[in-house]
Amino acid sequence: MNTRDSLRTKLVASPYIVWSLLFILAPMVFVVYYSFTTGAGDFTFDNIRLLSKYLTTFLRSIWFGIVATVICLLIAFPVAYIISQKTDKVQRTMVLLVMVPMWMSFLIRTYSWMAILQDTGIINNFFARVGLRPVHMINTSGAVILGMVYNFLPYMIMPIYSVMAKMDMSMIEAAQDLGGNRLTVIRKCVLPMSVPGIVSGVTMVFVPSVSTFYISQKLGGGSFDLIGDVIERQFQQSYNYNLGASLSLVLMVLILICMAVMNRFSSDGGEMVI
Amino acid sequence: MKNDILVNLKNISVSFGDNRVLDNLNLYIRDKEFVTLLGPSGCGKTTTLRIIGGFIEPDEGEVYFGEKRVNGVPPYKRAVNTVFQRYALFPHLNVYENVAFGLRIKKTPEKEIKQTVENMLELVNLKGFNKRNVTSLSGGQQQRVAIARALAVKPKLLLLDEPLGALDLKLRKDMQIELKNIQQRLGITFVYVTHDQEEALSMSDTIVVMDGGIIQQIGTPQDIYNEPKNAFVADFIGESNIVDGVMRSDFLVDFSGHRFECLDKGFSKDEAVDVVVRPEDVDIVPAEQGMLRGVVTSVSFRGVHFEIIVDIGGFKWMIQTTDFQPEGAQIGLSIDPDAIHIMKKSKYSGMFGDYSSFSDEFDELSNAQEEKE
Repeated sequence: MNTRDSLRTKLVASPYIVWSLLFILAPMVFVVYYSFTTGAGDFTFDNIRLLSKYLTTFLRSIWFGIVATVICLLIAFPVAYIISQKTDKVQRTMVLLVMVPMWMSFLIRTYSWMAILQDTGIINNFFARVGLRPVHMINTSGAVILGMVYNFLPYMIMPIYSVMAKMDMSMIEAAQDLGGNRLTVIRKCVLPMSVPGIVSGVTMVFVPSVSTFYISQKLGGGSFDLIGDVIERQFQQSYNYNLGASLSLVLMVLILICMAVMNRFSSDGGEMVI
Repeated sequence: MKNDILVNLKNISVSFGDNRVLDNLNLYIRDKEFVTLLGPSGCGKTTTLRIIGGFIEPDEGEVYFGEKRVNGVPPYKRAVNTVFQRYALFPHLNVYENVAFGLRIKKTPEKEIKQTVENMLELVNLKGFNKRNVTSLSGGQQQRVAIARALAVKPKLLLLDEPLGALDLKLRKDMQIELKNIQQRLGITFVYVTHDQEEALSMSDTIVVMDGGIIQQIGTPQDIYNEPKNAFVADFIGESNIVDGVMRSDFLVDFSGHRFECLDKGFSKDEAVDVVVRPEDVDIVPAEQGMLRGVVTSVSFRGVHFEIIVDIGGFKWMIQTTDFQPEGAQIGLSIDPDAIHIMKKSKYSGMFGDYSSFSDEFDELSNAQEEKE
């Protein structure tokens, strides 16, 4: 009886196991394999050694990722809180508005920002119209970070919102009842209880920000090379799969380390935030 | 006398959409009083509590704390605290920090916080639970933490919204006694919301019976039980037989085809009234000696007494007695003058107090089961 049950369980799980092997494990094996081999297939550490050349790029990617994540968090937390306080109907509409930009292609959204930020773009045209001096915005680090924040903001709002929407309103009332004004209630009650949402939001924004490759090319004008751009070039232009793979591997390890630090912070975060 | 009025609600009306939840409600609460708002769900009792707490603003009317009008004052500025129905403990804080929450907001010195929290936890019998996670506590323990948390900030008035609703019967009885003790020991005012009439009778100094957003009666537990104002109150509090009667003169009433002496007066001659007789106040006598005669239609054993349903001229009476009477027996009933309570007719007349549905329902249920088989 028991063995038949477990056999059936295995059978049901088999599509997922095959999927995992094919699309998760196999690519990882390839990445590791390419990282430690030459073009001819011989074992080598050269790819890893070459990485020191890209140290500044790595650091810049992580720095930009952190800045974009922090800005997203600062915007998303109040937005999520405001949405969660509305009636159900208004909530649905507002959530829809948050999601709408994601229905458009990532490329088109980034191109639109080029049109807006260019020296002859919409904003500078407007400035010229009202007699203000033009401001150089495109091809700056600010533009790159803006691109990241704009593209990844919904990934921060949604998890925080979903935690807040499930929050027991009587908990907030209890905090008010015990003498907490609006700010105190948010700081001592809403914020610590939103930690799970914040953690998953940070993960979902930080990881794609660090590894993005398109935003920096279009909005940074090539002067803010990020690690994603370097990886793309190894595969698309230099055809150096081995170096590209080793860059990816190191990026992956770095991201895992960041996540581990984050999770450690959040697991006893309930007490720490206060 | 006027000085000891802590809360005064004047002409309060509240509507949610088309639904009028409170209709011109007037109520004052005295210092150190245990007041219970009692009524079925949807009667407006919780809304009344939330108006005092500041969570709902009334559409019309005024709320006074002492002499001060507090309309528009947010909850955190009111010197009242609430024990919520579902406890509403902070899951990210342990027991100690939950109780200390209000004190920390007030920037109380750490030493004083520690002293107060220890005292409060001792008061609710949770000594030594400081470091425990609130989510690991049982329902009763969580309720105690919620009470300690609300009392820690030393409110003059504590609002309790069906605090024992989620507990099992035995625990609820213990907590009732404990709550009453706490209230008396600390000498603060409790406003307690419940739909459980037994709870209301055993704990309160004053009971406010509500239905349909209107106060039906305010009084001590004895008043409410012995002198209900209308059929709703008589039916909601305890069991009652409510029959149509006619007041022939002071101290004389006709009902069920017999003339009875009673203790009520002040009605006009031949006024139609509702007559209440509590099931425990009816004496069973041999049929030929009874003022009323009837046939026992059902008997059930309730431990302390038997509950028998007697058919008297088509109206089914409930009688509680310690003498067993077999089903189908002809019995007589004797009712003393002090067992009869006369009420003026109200919109509730004829809606309650007949136990025929009691047994009919039962018959239908058993019939249905038989048919299935």
